[in-house]
Amino acid sequence: MRHYLTFLWRIARLSFQGGWRFYAWMTLLTAIALVGLNAYATQLVDGLSTTGMTNQVSWGAYIANFTFLVGVAAAAVMLVIPAYVYKKGFMHEVVIFGELMAIAVIIMCLLFVTVDLGHPERFHHMIPPFGMFNWPGSILSWDVIVLNGYLLLNMHICGYLLYKKYLGRPPTKAFYIPFVFIAIAWAISIHTVTAFLYVGLAGRSYWHNPIVAPRFLASAFAAGPALLILTFQVIRKFTRYWIGDEPIFMLRMIMTVAMLINVFLLGCEVFTEFYAPTAHSAAARYLYFGLHGHGGLMPWIWTAVALDFVGLGLLITPLSRRISWLNVACATCFLGIWIEKGMGLIIPGFVPSPLGQVVEYLPSPNESLVCLGIWAFGALLYSWMLHVAIPIMRGQLRANPGDTAPGPRAAI
Amino acid sequence: MNPVEPADGDSRTVEQACSPLTRRTFLKGSAASAVGLAAMAAALRPLLALEKENLTLDALLQRHYRELTPDQLGRILDRLEGECERTYGVHPEIRDIRPRDGTEFAYALNLGRCIGCRKCAHACLRENNQSRDSDEDINMSYIRVLELEKGGIDLETSDHYYDPGTVPRPGKYYMPVQCQQCREAPCTKVCPVRATWKEPDGVVVVDYNWCIGCRYCMAACPYDARRFNYSKPKLAAKHINPDQGYLSNRIRPKGVVEKCTFCLHRTREGKYPACLEVCPTGARVFGNIRDPDSEINYILQNKRVYVLKEDVGTRPRFYYFFDK
Repeated sequence: MRHYLTFLWRIARLSFQGGWRFYAWMTLLTAIALVGLNAYATQLVDGLSTTGMTNQVSWGAYIANFTFLVGVAAAAVMLVIPAYVYKKGFMHEVVIFGELMAIAVIIMCLLFVTVDLGHPERFHHMIPPFGMFNWPGSILSWDVIVLNGYLLLNMHICGYLLYKKYLGRPPTKAFYIPFVFIAIAWAISIHTVTAFLYVGLAGRSYWHNPIVAPRFLASAFAAGPALLILTFQVIRKFTRYWIGDEPIFMLRMIMTVAMLINVFLLGCEVFTEFYAPTAHSAAARYLYFGLHGHGGLMPWIWTAVALDFVGLGLLITPLSRRISWLNVACATCFLGIWIEKGMGLIIPGFVPSPLGQVVEYLPSPNESLVCLGIWAFGALLYSWMLHVAIPIMRGQLRANPGDTAPGPRAAI
Repeated sequence: MNPVEPADGDSRTVEQACSPLTRRTFLKGSAASAVGLAAMAAALRPLLALEKENLTLDALLQRHYRELTPDQLGRILDRLEGECERTYGVHPEIRDIRPRDGTEFAYALNLGRCIGCRKCAHACLRENNQSRDSDEDINMSYIRVLELEKGGIDLETSDHYYDPGTVPRPGKYYMPVQCQQCREAPCTKVCPVRATWKEPDGVVVVDYNWCIGCRYCMAACPYDARRFNYSKPKLAAKHINPDQGYLSNRIRPKGVVEKCTFCLHRTREGKYPACLEVCPTGARVFGNIRDPDSEINYILQNKRVYVLKEDVGTRPRFYYFFDK
């Protein structure tokens, strides 16, 4: 216990120590997060009328970002599976960074849902015995369970492994291996349940479609690894933690396959909607080509399609064996999927409305600031976690400084 | 690229590598903390304008409507009446009106008679205390009247914004849509906190003091029948209907969903819904389907009625038919 408290104290101290780049980066993120908090305070006072949402388009950028990020969080398994199931030793050098990212991203997801609520102070209505939790009826209640469960699983795994590393003792398998395997299944479940939020609504034909869940997973397993690869580049550039090329190229392969499946499923969807169009394809028509003179989503979706295809083109050619091109592919895939799964999936569910109204939606400035604030806060959390975890992994933060440090090449 | 593993690790501990805690770093840290706290306070400044009215301990600890004892509910009704008087300058009478035994409501609408005058949509506003910016603002009305092309029921080509002064227009017909009070209601199924449910007489209601405002029910509704209070309802004192029900037309708080309740504060006491009373052509028929002699029963048994979007499996209590 005393060791653990010392551990926490040293982490707390380390959190505020670093080079000028660290201070500048963290200050910048904090400032943006505070701007977001300020925008949210305004929203709390004035209501959700500060957003671009309406009675017709009743979910917007908050839920779009939420949906996208659940996928990014789930994608941590793309490091865990090679490391623990296929026993790729080199993946153990980086697997912890995926799990830490999952923690930061799930917290972002929970924030995005919270800012979308009209009455966040009634949150306890979901928690029995104070509340009335509509489980198993409501898929949203399933989502609350799986997201929080995933958060706890990853917090346990990361916390336990890092603490053991700090103590310089090997972790006891029984205390984490079962949880790692539960987390693999759990990761798939968080994104499936999130897809079922939409698929379960028979009145919205754009969503009431079995392909949504598989497409969610495919796009998540492209976007998540993309962000991880970019993170690894930052770690390689700015820290002395050693990450080889193997994990990066393993992720590149996973991303390529996932992106191919994603684009294939997109093609299946497009064929169904446009070859034999029914009244149910109005949403897809609105998304890609506009409807009755309204085409607000067209710039978004065509940008996403272009980014997706540039990314895929780079991934399937030898070009992306060069790290610089791989970075470009990661950035385009990440952005493309963010648009396609956010604005491209949520908004057309509401346009046209079930009674045929075409009401367009664009995030308001205040709403965008809240989103930006949550992204900054997520980045702040993840940066902090890396800032603390890397010295532990490298042995610079260890219980017994007398022991020899494990050197730059470290693994969990 | 760093394909080559660096030769030496930094074996110093973090404390050795970083500057120790000196007077100088302590002062710098304190200054940074002070700036941070000031920035935090500045960010939260808008909260000073938050209305404390709805953030009382009583309101936060209020139980779900269906768990309240008559005593608790009585106190809540008093509190809500007081809030309404202080906020809107009108003292309402807010009642808790329970469903009657042996009653199951249904509604039928004769599209052959509807002329699209939108009087029902306006009567709904007057009765149910929805927020509005002006008399013309019917955005929050529970009834949307669609102008449709003759020759089909293509909702996608419907016009919601036609000018009611010129109706009925040639080649068009009109279809009012409101909550269909579904027997298999998707909205009640998806609510994560059971803030909306089906009453024994078939009416789907919302406990506005329990709703968390996630709007999942709005996404689930195939009839666009639910409205959200994006801001605090705007209502002039002269427009307020003081005869209010806890589960129906009391003035809603900001940030909750509301919907048609078949005017339960009227219909549970034997009156007709406001939309029916105002209809100049007699297109609307409402009643208790458990009463064999009711007009609604006659219509359901003798007219060729249909329901909207039968394919989504909601089994509405709201029927349409075409007749003289």
